[in-house]
Amino acid sequence: MSHAEQHEDSHYVDTAPGDESLDGYEAAEEIRTYLIGLGLATLLTLVSFFITRTALVWEPSIPVALAVLAIAQMGVHLVFFLHITTGPDNVNNVLALAFGVLIVLLVIVGSLWIMAHMNHNMMPIDQIMQMQG
Amino acid sequence: MLGKLSWAAIPLDQPIPLFTAALVGVVIVGVLAWVTLKGWLPYLWREWITSVDHKRIGIMYILLAMVMLLRGFADAIMMRSQQALAFRSEGYLPPEHYDQIFSAHGTLMIFFVAMPFVIGLMNFVMPLQLGVRDVAFPTLNSVSFWLTATGALLVNISLVVGEFARTGWLPYPPLSEIAYSPGVGVDYYLWSLQISGVGTLLTGVNFVTTVLKIRATGMTLMRMPMFCWTTLASNLLIVAAFPILTATLAMLLLDRYVGFHFFTNEAGGNVMMFMNLIWAWGHPEVYILILPAFGIFSEVISTFSRKPLFGYRSMVMATMAICVLSFTVWLHHFFTMGAGADVNAIFGIASMIIAVPTGVKVFNWLFTMYGGRVVYSQPILWSIAFMVTFVIGGMTGVLLAVPPVDFVLHNSLFLVAHFHNVIIGGVLFGAFAGYTYWFPKAFGFRLHEGLGKASFWCWIVGFYVAFMPLYVVGLMGMTRRMQHYDVPEWRPWLLIAAGGAAIILVGIILQIAQLAISIRRRKELRDETGDPWNGRSLEWATPSPPPAFNFAVLPNVEGDEAYWGMKQRARQQAMPGEEPPYADIEMPRNSPTGFICAFFATFMGFALIWHIWWIVVLAAVGAFATFVVFAWRDEVEYVIPADVVARIDRANRTARGETLALSGTAP
Amino acid sequence: MSAFDAAVGRGGPNHVERAQGSPNIQHSAKHAAYALASKRIIAGYGFWIFLLSDIVMFSAFFATYAVLVDATAGGPSGRELFDLGNVGIETACLLLSSFTCGLAGIGARTRNGFWFHGAMAATFILGAAFLGIEIREFMGMIALGAGPTRSAFLSAFFTLVGCHGLHVAIGLLWLLTMMAQVFAKGYRPDILRRLLCFSLFWHALDIIWVGLFTMVYLMGVTQ
Repeated sequence: MSHAEQHEDSHYVDTAPGDESLDGYEAAEEIRTYLIGLGLATLLTLVSFFITRTALVWEPSIPVALAVLAIAQMGVHLVFFLHITTGPDNVNNVLALAFGVLIVLLVIVGSLWIMAHMNHNMMPIDQIMQMQG
Repeated sequence: MLGKLSWAAIPLDQPIPLFTAALVGVVIVGVLAWVTLKGWLPYLWREWITSVDHKRIGIMYILLAMVMLLRGFADAIMMRSQQALAFRSEGYLPPEHYDQIFSAHGTLMIFFVAMPFVIGLMNFVMPLQLGVRDVAFPTLNSVSFWLTATGALLVNISLVVGEFARTGWLPYPPLSEIAYSPGVGVDYYLWSLQISGVGTLLTGVNFVTTVLKIRATGMTLMRMPMFCWTTLASNLLIVAAFPILTATLAMLLLDRYVGFHFFTNEAGGNVMMFMNLIWAWGHPEVYILILPAFGIFSEVISTFSRKPLFGYRSMVMATMAICVLSFTVWLHHFFTMGAGADVNAIFGIASMIIAVPTGVKVFNWLFTMYGGRVVYSQPILWSIAFMVTFVIGGMTGVLLAVPPVDFVLHNSLFLVAHFHNVIIGGVLFGAFAGYTYWFPKAFGFRLHEGLGKASFWCWIVGFYVAFMPLYVVGLMGMTRRMQHYDVPEWRPWLLIAAGGAAIILVGIILQIAQLAISIRRRKELRDETGDPWNGRSLEWATPSPPPAFNFAVLPNVEGDEAYWGMKQRARQQAMPGEEPPYADIEMPRNSPTGFICAFFATFMGFALIWHIWWIVVLAAVGAFATFVVFAWRDEVEYVIPADVVARIDRANRTARGETLALSGTAP
Repeated sequence: MSAFDAAVGRGGPNHVERAQGSPNIQHSAKHAAYALASKRIIAGYGFWIFLLSDIVMFSAFFATYAVLVDATAGGPSGRELFDLGNVGIETACLLLSSFTCGLAGIGARTRNGFWFHGAMAATFILGAAFLGIEIREFMGMIALGAGPTRSAFLSAFFTLVGCHGLHVAIGLLWLLTMMAQVFAKGYRPDILRRLLCFSLFWHALDIIWVGLFTMVYLMGVTQ
């Protein structure tokens, strides 16, 4: 078992998500990647918190800016912490992610769109109840 | 101590459920006693209950589906007879009981008949077709099955202890809220679906990983049999859709248990959000069920037409297009709830677009049969019946996708006729086609042909007699779920529909007889070759029933239709090829994890329904401990020695060589 | 044909029958190593799919929150309730714990027990701190009469944030189990596979938290 285990990471091409190729075993290199990720994520978080409290940014643009920053930070996490994008062998992982993101967008945007129209057209339910009562 | 549970929970005043429960209880005790007396319990425990073999688990899924089909069909007979009788009278089922029956019928048929049936077939067939030894996570597979069984058990417990939901197969609020459904019925529904939903989700994860990551050498994606493609699409949909169901039902549970206000009338709750979310799951669910059936028909039609599947690539494209499009049409289930003309128009158009890839598939099947030497055996009879029936159901579906038409027809029996038309004509006929097609692979003998055909004719005739009248009364304005009615024009149609249900009953009795007689005459019906239909994909390369390891040596796929190609080459060389070098095979060990997990899940579900909190805590701890014990084990695999593998494979090769020699000139 | 096609099976030499034309024949001698490697890929990929399904579940809660955010029924809104200072500390805890979780993974692969257990313990402490702050926030809101039963908005808020908190709690339980397992069994391949899944889980929780603090807290305060 332990003999095979030493060979475990050195022969295959395909990688699992979050799996780093460990040729050479450069732990220091990996820590550097994590540190870059940590730095970028911290920076983006600070900017997010900052723009909600400042008058420097034009107010109506804040939600959009926040959304962009959040998406950027998710990207940082995926790349530097989950190592999702490194190498051409990650096609399956990224395709699965793309499918997931598509579904998430359909559910959130679709629901908001449908419910906004429904709320616009229909009387709120508590008012209907009051009329019945 | 026992929460809401007391003797009053047992419906002593209702003879029908009590009698049924007593009958079922006697049958269960009888079977258990018989099994114990025969000394089969250790065998059952060792070979089935703790099995992590995908073939065994698949067979257990299908068995569960068939038993639940009987229960769901009993409900159907009661509804049809009630409506036949209840003209200007109360019939024989009081409203509160009738409401439970139609709710249980829908819930059982979708979640505990259709789902386990297709998942069982995928379980049994897909790894064999891919040319591998098991699914990606064999023990997880067992957990999935037992959690599904837990859900089914809870629904059936509600027959004797307490009551089932009276809210329809989807518990629309505000009716399903605690203010209007204070009993335990909705809780039975919610917890059994939450528990079985976890099982289904894990199946989805398992099968997606299997298809994408574990295939025989040379089995590229575009060489996979159609059924594997539809399995992939269906399980992608499970992974993407079932979490939405879990979240939605969880919100309803929070409303009911701790007074949240998601879907209540007060405090800003929004019932429309429930419809929106439940159908964001519900519409993909339709395709989760029908896509595997499409795969089965593709396999069956190609095999029995003695031709490769026509338009394989377009079939793959259509499957994956349906997979994505199915997430863009959910609003057509609530056109009438007031989202407005523009929203309705877009979802109406999307609903019509999704009919296009389905149409592509129908034409592909027709062209596969065209020019082929069609052998009219049971599986292809179901497939042909499917094509005719499903096209009718699809057309009425496109009608309902037109919003103005839907405003007239929604909630009518026209809708009921439509979805039975596609679910029976599509999913159930597909399941039966698969059952008759792969039965010889699973057990080594065929099903009796004559009885099967008789049953088929009863089913198809019964189906049309039962459901075409429902289209008519739907157009006449009869709404669904009516316990009694006063319109004389409806009566004759409902009498005919009841007659149709009776014909289907004959079909089901014939199916049971077919199974029993086939088992008794299994020696005559024995298939020694492992390839009774002259099949084209790899499952037919194995002996029937396949050994635990499926393939003595994992196959090397060199083209489309892997096994057909191997047979062609073997015929050209007039021999089945040289004997491969056999090696020891490591297989995953059996594990009781799934069964023990389900044991705790059953107690937890029951305790949650009845508010017995200390059992909930105990069961949660037990389930966690089960997983830790499982994670702690040291031996995860056992070895099948090379000489055992060689002995099994040599027998298979001999039988196969004889068949090849006999049919040497056949196409 | 990609490499995982060749890497399948539980240790059978899979392509001896018709070897000509197959580029993978030279690998069959090393099939044991292949089977193990492929198990790691399979476990990681399967868990990745599971995580995506979990994210879809969160998307349903997010959608509900977005629809119900204005349904305060006369009760308090997010603007009146949210304390960005708390949220900042929570965010820092979770982000740092994501980092230490990565360090624990490196510790496991370099077989450095001190590093592994230390980083896991740090992850646990940060995660527990996150959870503690969140529970305190919830208790404070309930004490103010702004509990989940007050309005649809608050129901959606408590459910969305609470569901994430529940995931963190489950993650902490899993973390302790993994530490115990490594302590008892060492760095077995199956335990390393589980560690891979755990670290995927923990990183994904942080990703969901990014969506959460942006959409719920920051946008809630600015609106």
